[in-house]
Amino acid sequence: MNQKSHISFTLNGETAEVAFAPHKTLLEVLREDLALTGTKHGCELGECGTCTILVDGRSILSCLMLGLDAEGRRVTTIEGMAEGGRLHPLQDTFADLGAAQCGYCSPGFLLAAKELIDKLPNPSRDEIKEALSGNLCRCTGYIKIYEAVELAAARVRGEAMELPRESLYGCE
Amino acid sequence: MKQNGNNGKPLNVVGKPFRKVDARAKCTGQTKFADDIFLPRMLYCKILRSHEPHALIKKIDVSKALALPGVISIITGKDLPIPYGILPVSQDEHALCIDKVRFIGDPVAAVAAIDEDGAFDAMNLIEVQYERLQTITSIEEGVMIDEPRIHEYGDGGNVHKKVSLEFGEVEDGFAEADLVREDTFFYEGNTHLPMEQHAAVAHFDSDEKLTLWSSTQTPHYVHRALTKVLEISASHIRVIATPNGGGFGGKSDPFNHEVIVSKLAMITGRPVKCTLTREEVFYCHRGRHPVLMHIKTGVKKDGAITAMHFKSFLDGGAYGSYGVASTFYTGALQTVTYEVPRYKFDGIRVFTNKPPCGPKRGHGTPQPRFGLEVQLDKIAEALSLDPVEIRRNHLVKPNSVTANYLRIGSMGLGACIDKVVERADWKNKFSWPVTEPRAVASGSETQLEWQDPLATARGSVTRKLPYGKGIGIACSSYICGAGLPIYWNNMPQSAVQLRLDRQGGVCVMCGSTDIGQGSDSILAYIVAEILGIDPFDIRVVTADTDLTPVDLGSYSSRVTLMTGNAAIQAAERARELLTIAVAEKLKVPIENISFAERRAFDVENPEVGVSFAEAVVLAESKFGTIGTVGSYTPPRSPGKYKGAGVGPSPAYSYSAAIAEVGVDADTGMVTVERIWIAHDVGKSINPVLVMGQVEGSVYMGLGEILMEEMSYRANRNVVHKIPSMLEYKSPTTMEMCDVKTFLIEDPDPNGPFGAKEVGQGPLLPVPPAVANAVYNAVGVRVDEVPITPEKVLKALREKSKGRDGRFGPESIPSVDWPEPLRVLTPDEGGDGREMPRVSVHS
Repeated sequence: MNQKSHISFTLNGETAEVAFAPHKTLLEVLREDLALTGTKHGCELGECGTCTILVDGRSILSCLMLGLDAEGRRVTTIEGMAEGGRLHPLQDTFADLGAAQCGYCSPGFLLAAKELIDKLPNPSRDEIKEALSGNLCRCTGYIKIYEAVELAAARVRGEAMELPRESLYGCE
Repeated sequence: MKQNGNNGKPLNVVGKPFRKVDARAKCTGQTKFADDIFLPRMLYCKILRSHEPHALIKKIDVSKALALPGVISIITGKDLPIPYGILPVSQDEHALCIDKVRFIGDPVAAVAAIDEDGAFDAMNLIEVQYERLQTITSIEEGVMIDEPRIHEYGDGGNVHKKVSLEFGEVEDGFAEADLVREDTFFYEGNTHLPMEQHAAVAHFDSDEKLTLWSSTQTPHYVHRALTKVLEISASHIRVIATPNGGGFGGKSDPFNHEVIVSKLAMITGRPVKCTLTREEVFYCHRGRHPVLMHIKTGVKKDGAITAMHFKSFLDGGAYGSYGVASTFYTGALQTVTYEVPRYKFDGIRVFTNKPPCGPKRGHGTPQPRFGLEVQLDKIAEALSLDPVEIRRNHLVKPNSVTANYLRIGSMGLGACIDKVVERADWKNKFSWPVTEPRAVASGSETQLEWQDPLATARGSVTRKLPYGKGIGIACSSYICGAGLPIYWNNMPQSAVQLRLDRQGGVCVMCGSTDIGQGSDSILAYIVAEILGIDPFDIRVVTADTDLTPVDLGSYSSRVTLMTGNAAIQAAERARELLTIAVAEKLKVPIENISFAERRAFDVENPEVGVSFAEAVVLAESKFGTIGTVGSYTPPRSPGKYKGAGVGPSPAYSYSAAIAEVGVDADTGMVTVERIWIAHDVGKSINPVLVMGQVEGSVYMGLGEILMEEMSYRANRNVVHKIPSMLEYKSPTTMEMCDVKTFLIEDPDPNGPFGAKEVGQGPLLPVPPAVANAVYNAVGVRVDEVPITPEKVLKALREKSKGRDGRFGPESIPSVDWPEPLRVLTPDEGGDGREMPRVSVHS
């Protein structure tokens, strides 16, 4: 019971090893044993999407995955999204459009959105809604999030897209 | 019009869509929320909560729990005997219940252990013996059942508060009316559901001072409560509000877990953390009060209101919280949108054995606004008026005083209405609902046509939208900060301290709390505008009772207006010192010095100037260290009667919303397709942040009207049915509608650069606009929030049986209202004071 388990895996591009009580979820291991508190929790029951991370490029709810199951996997958390000091285009557009208000759900949304645009470089508004439907946000009404994803996707595609005026100043 | 902070120069920062100062931290996972704090030797706290809704505590046995390895301390009510509460008149909470529990979720005992699992196991070993009491489960029971009392204070029995105010003779107004309508509405309670569960960490330092980090919207009030409950001097307590992962009013009370971790930290000498589970957040609640309403309104043929008598019945839950203020708020703002020359308000709040209600976004005003706006729609139909015209033609005038003595400044509601009406193409979509088709010949074919039975009177023959599609409008207004603080004092409500570094750095300190709305950024933008520097040059330090001057907190939509004005004053004082020093150096008149692009320069000769850092050096050389303060106290309200404290505000924001919906008559499903909303924000300090508040408000209003509700099992146990995020339905991306946002700027002389609030007001018109659109779509009225498919179907069934197609409350409890406090209106020559009470027998 008190024996700790040990895993090694790839965490944000680096090899990591960690020992923890075997019943812990990956969410708990990340936050409590690896001090990566960027991954948040809203319910710890798989209902809100706040603890979304990427495992082998796929979004998963870290509150529903045992830490033990991360052995040998490739895990990306919000701390690994920027490259060096350079923000991922999604992080830039979330910041520019106020898609992060309180910011508590933002890490989960950013990673879920990253999975989407990695797979689908030019998602429609409906595809964005579908992809993010497992993540709850109580601040934004989601609209600035959609706009930020669309803008980031365009930039990743290499299109020089400006911040839309209606998104910044309201409709005329 | 002159506005605070604006000296006529073009604005470089204010009005521009800058990033928030904390945006990068929030998008990289760097923001430290309360539960992200881990301190060496930290203990974990779990709180045992009552499983009984109403019971006496006969015995608590903690011995088995204490014997568990890793358990360091357990406390119960006797360790924290002093009561507290947010309002001075409702000091009715104990951090841990002493002799009685009042709802399922009331805290009874708390454990500190070396790990969270151990604390949880120990919590479950605590044995409590209860003696059950009869429960009070509804508004009706709270009014009718006097014994047992949930609390030993209030206005008798289980009534917490009962008020009655009359402004002018409403009966005279009803006598003048061409039409008098009476309607009853019910608005179910719902909760904030912030994504971040409440969390707090306390540490009792080696210098015997307590520090509490907490996800609170009101660190100043927590500071005061801790001083009282822990019986230590305020100077030995430091409260730091961590960035809130959503608040919406739900983190505005001092909470038991904050008191508990503080006490446990003092007892154990170690840091103690408590993070609530999602289920516990539902028990913390302090959310929207369930409110039953009865509205009697008299109108002239053109829709002009002659009098209104508004009765509200609030289900307060188990504690006082902000409830007295909430009660007054259900009656305060009916007068600020359309002219109401005579107005009477009766309000009653009862205690029930449910999680306590308090302030949620719009605090006490979305419920009456729903009733008022739906009733106005019914009145418009009865008078064959367009719902737009009945509103647009009777707006309160700017710079006026209402019948209940609220002073209106700028008033952009007309512009808001005009904007959404035009953009939603209202004229081509709206017609009064016609739900009976008739066959008409069209060429050689016969078609079904939805004909209006009063077609001639209304000048339209057919529906403009097909049956099942509808459009509705509603308007609203909200305060920009409460005129009075929560505890009586003559001090400023907000203060800012500014420190200028000789190398050009600027530090802004303010007690305000960023709950995601961007209040930290607002401070930076405003100071940057006045000092002519970049907002990202500024260090913002907020929400720390040791380091920052008092701001009362993030509630009542007060922050931008109040901290903004305080920041303007502090920054202008600093600019003045710099101006004197720079003018002397440049040998130009003081009035020639201007600040922009990190420079101070001669406006007549802009290349002559110094850098901002040099300006600070000049000023520091002349005056010593440059530090200034600014503060803000709201203007005095013209209302002087007892109860006049709730409603006054330095300014009022206005919103108008049009909702377009689809209603499936077979399933009762309501789909909101689009909302057009225009909000009069006075002046956008940052338009992209203003939009975010508008869209977020629309979202939250949509959740309230379509699905969100605190519901309890229909037995005597008052068990919360759905304390989880899965079962408490809130809109996901799949339910959220399209929103067209229009920012209307009617600057208010009391606002910083003319700015008014935006955080709460835009929620208010959404529920009634949707309700009116549902009626427009299928011809039935659901006079209740939320509008669930079940209610729509019931109303449609009623209608198909030839009865009134309505779902909603039928009656109100009989209440022995007190003799109203009578106040002459300004139009009647009143002075804002109540009239002397006249004995009935004299």
